[in-house]
Amino acid sequence: MLTEIYQIVSDNWLLLLIGQYPNGPLGGMAATMLLSLLGIALAFPLGVLIALARLSPFAALRSSATALIYVMRGIPLLMVIFWVYFLVPLLIGRSVPGFVTMLCTLVIYEGAFLSEVVRAGIQALPAGQIDAARALGHSHLSAMRYVILPQALFNVLPSIVSQFVSTIQETTLGYVINVPELTFAASQINNRLLTKPFEVFLILAIIYFCVCWSLTQLANWLERRVAARRAGPQATVSPAARGPSATRLGDVAREVGK
Amino acid sequence: MSSLDLSAILMKPEFRGMLAAGFEMTIIVALSSWLLAMSLAIVLLVIRLTPSRICEGAVAAYVTYHRNVPTLVQLIFWYFGISSLLPSVAQDWLGQHNAEATFAIIGLGLCQAAYFSEDLRSGLRSIPPGQADAARALGHGYISAMRFVLVPQALRNALPALVNHTVSLFKNSSLAMAIGVTELTYAVREVENESFRTFETYLIGTLIYLTCSLSLMALGAWLSRRAKPAGAR
Repeated sequence: MLTEIYQIVSDNWLLLLIGQYPNGPLGGMAATMLLSLLGIALAFPLGVLIALARLSPFAALRSSATALIYVMRGIPLLMVIFWVYFLVPLLIGRSVPGFVTMLCTLVIYEGAFLSEVVRAGIQALPAGQIDAARALGHSHLSAMRYVILPQALFNVLPSIVSQFVSTIQETTLGYVINVPELTFAASQINNRLLTKPFEVFLILAIIYFCVCWSLTQLANWLERRVAARRAGPQATVSPAARGPSATRLGDVAREVGK
Repeated sequence: MSSLDLSAILMKPEFRGMLAAGFEMTIIVALSSWLLAMSLAIVLLVIRLTPSRICEGAVAAYVTYHRNVPTLVQLIFWYFGISSLLPSVAQDWLGQHNAEATFAIIGLGLCQAAYFSEDLRSGLRSIPPGQADAARALGHGYISAMRFVLVPQALRNALPALVNHTVSLFKNSSLAMAIGVTELTYAVREVENESFRTFETYLIGTLIYLTCSLSLMALGAWLSRRAKPAGAR
C-alpha cells in the first residue's frame, strides 16, 4: 500500500499543489491556503467592527450585530454558501467564479465567529482599563482604538490562529460547489484512478492533518507566550508542584489536570 | 423577480414532502451520531483515566486526528475510502441499507466523540483535587466518589461546551449531503431546482436550521441554570 501511495503522490503532486494552474484556475493546496488566508485577513477587520458594534452604546447597532452572530452560529456553513451563491450574482449583476463565492462566504461566516473572539478578548480586560482611558479624556471610540483594542487583540492572537485552522477546514466545503481546491483536486485524482479511493483520500487526510496540526502547535506556542507576558515577571506555582495527593482518586484528578 | 411567496413551496404537497423527509433524515443523522459520539466519548475518557501511558497516547492521537482533519474529508474518507476495503458481503448489505446515511452517522459520530471527550475531560480537570481527597476521607469508595461528588460537578462544568458542540454536530449533519445523504440541505437544493423559487426555499431551510439551533442553545442555557447548586452565584 505504501508503494501505491508513493506512486499516486509522485504522479499527482503538482495537481495537489496548484491544481491545473497555468492551463486552468489555481487549485489544490495553493488555492486552499490562498482562500483561507484571504478569508481570515478580510474577516478580521469585519470581526472587529462587529465586536465593536456589539459592545457599542447604541441599542440598534448592538441588536443587529447580535442577530447577525446568532444567525451565523445557528445555520450550517453550507446554507451560507448557497445564499452567497444565489445573492452575490444578483447584487453585482454578473456571475462570479466559485472561488469568489467561497471567499465571500468565509468572510461573512468567519467575521461573525471572529467577532465573538474579539469581544471575549475585550471583556477579559479589567474594567478599570476603559474607566481609566475615559478619565484621561478619551472618547468611547478613542479609548477602544488606543487602549482596549491593542491589548485585547494581542491577547486573542492564539484564538485567531485557531480560527485560521477552522477556516482551512471550512474551505473543504467549496467541494460542494466545485471550487478548485485541495479536496476537489483529490476527488479529481480519485475519478481518474477509480480503483484507489482509500489511498487517495488517505493522502488527502494526511495533508490536511499536517497543515492543521502544525498551525495548532503554533497557536499553543503563542498561547504560552501571551500567557507568560500577561502574567508578568512574577513566578507562578504550577499545579504539579503541589505534591502528591493523599488518595488514588486525587492522583487521578491531578493526572487529568496536567 | 416575483414577490416573496412562501406558500408556493409550503402549499405544494410534493415540495412539502421533500422538505419533511429531508428534515426527518437530518434529525436521524444528528441524533444517532450524537448518541454514538457521547457513548464513545465516555469510553475514551475512561481509557484516558487509566494510568497506562500507551492508552493515554492512543486516545490523544485519536483526538488530534479528528480535530485536525476537516469533517468533510473524514466523511469522504469513510464513504469512498474505508468502505472500499470492506468485504463485499458487508458492502452489499450496506448498499441495501442506506450506506450514505450509515457512513455519515459513523463519520460524524467518531469525529464529534473527540470533541465531547475533551469537553468531559476539561470538566473533570476543573475540579480541585481536594474534592476527591475529601470524598475519600468522608468514606466514599472510588466509584461512589466519582458517582456522587466528581461526575456531577464535572458534567456541570462541561455543560456549556457540550451544548456548543451539540449545536455544531447538528449543523455539521448538513455535510452529509456531500456524500449523497438526502437530508435537509440536500432536500432544499432539490426543491430549489424543481420550483425555481430560490429565495423562498433557502429562507425555509434557513429558518428550520435556525429554529433548531436556537432551541438547542436555549435548552442548554436552561440546563445550565438548573444545574447550578442552590446558593451558587
